[in-house]
Amino acid sequence: MFEIFNYDFMVNAVYACILASIACGIVGAYVVVKRIVFISGGISHTAYGGIGLGYFFGFNPLYGAIGFSLLTAGFLSVMRKKKSQHEDTIIGILWAFGMAVGILFVNLTPGYSSNLMSYLFGNILTVPVSELAMMLILDAVIIILVTVFYKEFQAITFDEEYSRTLGLPVDRLYLLLLVIIALTTVLLIKLVGIILVVALLSIPSAISIKFVKSLKQMMIMSVLLGLLFTLSGLFLSYYLNLSSGAVIIMVSSAGYLASNFIHFVKKKYYIKEVNLR
Amino acid sequence: MINALEIKNVYVKYDDNLVLENISLAVNQKEFLGIIGPNGGGKTTLLKVILGLVKPESGAVEVFNSEAEKNRHLIGYVPQYSVFDNDYPVSVLDVVLMGRLEKKKILSRYSGEDKEIALESLEQVGLSGFKNRIIGGLSGGEKQRALIARALAKRPQILLLDEPTASIDASTGKNFFSTLQSLNENITIILVSHDIGAVSQNVKKIACLNKNLVFHDSKELTHEMIEAAYHCPVDLIAHGLPHRVLDKH
Repeated sequence: MFEIFNYDFMVNAVYACILASIACGIVGAYVVVKRIVFISGGISHTAYGGIGLGYFFGFNPLYGAIGFSLLTAGFLSVMRKKKSQHEDTIIGILWAFGMAVGILFVNLTPGYSSNLMSYLFGNILTVPVSELAMMLILDAVIIILVTVFYKEFQAITFDEEYSRTLGLPVDRLYLLLLVIIALTTVLLIKLVGIILVVALLSIPSAISIKFVKSLKQMMIMSVLLGLLFTLSGLFLSYYLNLSSGAVIIMVSSAGYLASNFIHFVKKKYYIKEVNLR
Repeated sequence: MINALEIKNVYVKYDDNLVLENISLAVNQKEFLGIIGPNGGGKTTLLKVILGLVKPESGAVEVFNSEAEKNRHLIGYVPQYSVFDNDYPVSVLDVVLMGRLEKKKILSRYSGEDKEIALESLEQVGLSGFKNRIIGGLSGGEKQRALIARALAKRPQILLLDEPTASIDASTGKNFFSTLQSLNENITIILVSHDIGAVSQNVKKIACLNKNLVFHDSKELTHEMIEAAYHCPVDLIAHGLPHRVLDKH
């Protein structure tokens, strides 16, 4: 079965899975405990506007995506401070606006007919080495930042208002967190697509939160689950000859269902144990 | 004489609504002040003004006779426990350690001293045995204690509590107030609540807040205060308490 590793694209895809799982597992833990899955979805979809812009004006769409997602992160953190509208309303609007901008510019680009699907679901089998290198750098940056600001990020995601009373620079830390989320989603768009980014950020962490006792454990378990889902999804898609992104999401979703069942059984058993005492 | 806290002519507006009107209040050191008032009367806003989370329209707050900005590190804050997510995977000890965080210590790790103080704080509230438990798994009263421990880990001179009795039953409540009373031997406590009964039995002084603050620098709760605060006559029922809440009249 290992003959598939004779293909370079398959080896690159495996590296992509590993790098994506690391970034998504760590960042996803914050996304899930702070309940900002919707924000991450908004940031990644808004990035599509930047992709369209890149095609139209003829620069690397990735830079457009990075610009758009960083702008969105900054805008959200400003609006949040002003409290003039509910955050989720603003995200909903930006989400739709970004996608519309992207589609319009792609429409207007002469002679270009890329389909939207490749950005929604990505294509892990066509990942160039240059993007793997960028992912590697991003993973390193994420690990460093999360190590340095571990206790502060924990404090602002656990109890934001209390962190303010301690005099912590909550707004700046929150912006930094949004920027990390933005960069993670954007760099993963080419690899796994906008939709799969959201799935990889949320599903592994949504499973691990039920079984762990600390944020650190949650991150480690989420990375491992991400590896399990992406790699098994990748191989399945190869043998079944189906779209890799969609198969990875199906495997992840099945994993989520299974984890709910395991959690349920564990809880029942635990209650029994307590009653017996 | 140095007041632990002094509020001078504070006005707070949300949009165009006046939430606090001309609030003035001086709190002595080692005082135990209960501020009661209806929901929406501005109690939490007043706490936020003291904590610097809400900027007043006009007026000033002083902590130990200097600007609040300088001495805010002397204030420990205990929010309602419902503010955080019960699914958050964090141990009780880690929550209490958060009380040790400061802006200037952002790049450093928790020191041995931080950990010692956190453990001490847990002991003060009787939660030593719970340090490795997940915070979400505690009962309402235990969570409330854990949040007090987090506030104590800052080694505060003043402790502010927001509706601490909202989530705990009567028997736990008694225990809870005896913890507060022993803490009060060393630190000033200010507690806000809509629960007149629980507060009036346990504090040294009472103020009523409903946009305006009525405070007579005493423990007696008068009909005038209650009416001013609630804008309607309230029947105060005594539960056969060891002391009376109402003045003779």
